[in-house]
Amino acid sequence: MRHILSILVENEAGALSRISGLFSARGYNIESLTVAPTEDPTMSRMTIVTVGSDDVIEQITKQLNKLVEVVKVVDLTDGNHIERELMLVKVRAAGKDRDEMKRLADIFRGRVLDVTDKSYTIELTGTGEKLDAFLTAIEPGVILETVRTGASGIGRGERILKI
Amino acid sequence: MQLTGAEIVIRCLQDEGVEYVFGYPGGAVLNIYDELFKQDKVKHVLVRHEQGAVHAADGYSRSSRKIGVALVTSGPGVTNAVTGIATAYMDSIPMVVLTGQVPTHAIGQDAFQECDTVGITRPCVKHNFLVKDVNDLAATIKKAFYLAGTGRPGPVLVDIPKDVTQAKAEYAYPKSVTLRSYNPVTKGHAGQIKKAVQLLLEAKRPMVYAGGGVILNDAAPQLTRLVRLLGFPCTTTLMGLGGFPGTDPQFTGMPGMHGTYETNMAMQHSDVLIAVGARFDDRVIGNPQHFFRSDRKIIHIDIDPSSISKRVKVDVPIVGYVGDVLDEMLKLIEGSPARPDPAALKTWWAEIKEWQRKDCLRYDKGSALIKPQAVIEALYRVTGGDAIVTSDVGQHQMWAAQYYRFDRPRRWINSGGLGTMGFGLPAAMGAQLVNPQATVACVTGEASIQMCIQELSTCKQYNLPIKLVNLNNRYLGMVRQWQEFFYGNRYSQSYVDALPDFVKLAEAYGHVGIKIEKPGDVEGALKEAFAQKERLVFLDFITDQTENVFPMVPGGKGLTEMILAEEL
Repeated sequence: MRHILSILVENEAGALSRISGLFSARGYNIESLTVAPTEDPTMSRMTIVTVGSDDVIEQITKQLNKLVEVVKVVDLTDGNHIERELMLVKVRAAGKDRDEMKRLADIFRGRVLDVTDKSYTIELTGTGEKLDAFLTAIEPGVILETVRTGASGIGRGERILKI
Repeated sequence: MQLTGAEIVIRCLQDEGVEYVFGYPGGAVLNIYDELFKQDKVKHVLVRHEQGAVHAADGYSRSSRKIGVALVTSGPGVTNAVTGIATAYMDSIPMVVLTGQVPTHAIGQDAFQECDTVGITRPCVKHNFLVKDVNDLAATIKKAFYLAGTGRPGPVLVDIPKDVTQAKAEYAYPKSVTLRSYNPVTKGHAGQIKKAVQLLLEAKRPMVYAGGGVILNDAAPQLTRLVRLLGFPCTTTLMGLGGFPGTDPQFTGMPGMHGTYETNMAMQHSDVLIAVGARFDDRVIGNPQHFFRSDRKIIHIDIDPSSISKRVKVDVPIVGYVGDVLDEMLKLIEGSPARPDPAALKTWWAEIKEWQRKDCLRYDKGSALIKPQAVIEALYRVTGGDAIVTSDVGQHQMWAAQYYRFDRPRRWINSGGLGTMGFGLPAAMGAQLVNPQATVACVTGEASIQMCIQELSTCKQYNLPIKLVNLNNRYLGMVRQWQEFFYGNRYSQSYVDALPDFVKLAEAYGHVGIKIEKPGDVEGALKEAFAQKERLVFLDFITDQTENVFPMVPGGKGLTEMILAEEL
């Protein structure tokens, strides 16, 4: 099962490598990892998307909590949550494909951020599934470059991760 | 008053009450060594190799419940120390390792004797720090001691660049530490404790399985009271030996790969198993699929939540210090008239006694060759069962654990988790220094001892009258045993050729050496050695080369699938 772990961690040098090191040392999967400081600059918030059985996820959570710099760990997939990922994709947009590409971007609520006479750079946000769907909707040959942030997540309603 | 970083390091150690530092000087720590020189409160023990420094700090800690301290230089000093740090980490030993680092401006420049200390040690420490600002130094050292000794203990490393030891700052040693990200749960959950007590009182085939957590948390008295109060059988793991008296009739011997037949059978066939500061290690329960039984309830007390339900699903998890949790359990049981069903217990004990009749630890006592087991039994008699016994790793370690009956905690000191050959002698040095009146013996083999043999020189310098019991079978015994059982007697690289003359070697280091070749001379030699209270004596016992450790649960097999001596 796919899980989204939200982690509050001290914003200190080495915290990231402690966490990524834990995953590699114990053979856990990381599908994606995003991290940035929070409104409190002494603390960072990390979102890790991982895959594992319930037992494995329980161990991952416990092992993360054991790290001295980790303040709090929440499995967002335990309850209602919102998940978003940002993708920038540069596509070939010339000739008659140019209009079609713009229309497709509009359908997926994408925005064109940069234009040349031969290409568009499109920004898309959504769940990972939506971004995948966009990439399969356009012809593979026209994709020049993609970059994705990996998922960020937050609980719905009153579910708040804070200390 | 402004102090230099080096002065701050020493002041911190003094304020922390550190008595001994085990270390080895080098470029990056010269300022610290200079300050060490100018005072005599903190004593320094100069080892001959950094691995020895960390093992000595480790043995010091294990035998005294104090936090061991090691001090090494950057680069090779650190890499040599890594084996010792990993050893302490696997056995949860509280320790602070101070390491020198190249100056901050040289970090990342591939400077002379530079290595990424924090990176290299990250997976084998509880936590580590790189101090880049002298103003953070005292607080960081305080944090290191706090982290090492609280919660699940472990080694904590503080990496100090050379320029930080030169820079000046105001010194104030913090009285206490709070870390918002570190708050171990130390008090067991009352509801869970009640549930556990209920299960214990209803048990028909109970088993108490105690591990190193009992030793680390000084919970042997509570464990002993609980086991005697309930009348249950009790086993302690390799790390837990001495946590419950080894001579008590309720003690059934060690569990696991080289555990007793009766303990392994009782572990498997119990209906309520209570694990106290133990972690269901692969060497203890064998194959977890085989170990699983749907009709057995498991209670697990541990300070580390991640040890619970890691290898074995448990029914009643209790996170907290084992001593506190056992205290609460005792209160509940002592305050209630309910006791376990005596008839059921009687039947269960009868079953266990039947298993004990296998006499799984018996060996040939009439042999013309020295049997290693007999040497341990003689060591037990000669030392009155009250020596601090350290060991290296291999067959001799298992025999020492099986045949020396430890009645008290912190008397048996060995590398259980990492299984580090070379641990025994330096660990014995630490143990002897912190227990100057105690009898300290190091049970070793001719292979293990050579991994840190240079420390014989340290023993001479500090007059450490350790007794080395070398079970010399001219083989890497445990490797040879596996090759005999599982590799068709192909003894690949396990025969140790060209051994030194250990008697002469001991003498060369300024010690006493005795070689013993006949079974009849074993006890006499031990008596002679232990009578020499001021000297280190190296006893070289030439033992039966083909002796094996029994019982044995082969790797990956179930706990009851034991090979017994008579089956071969």
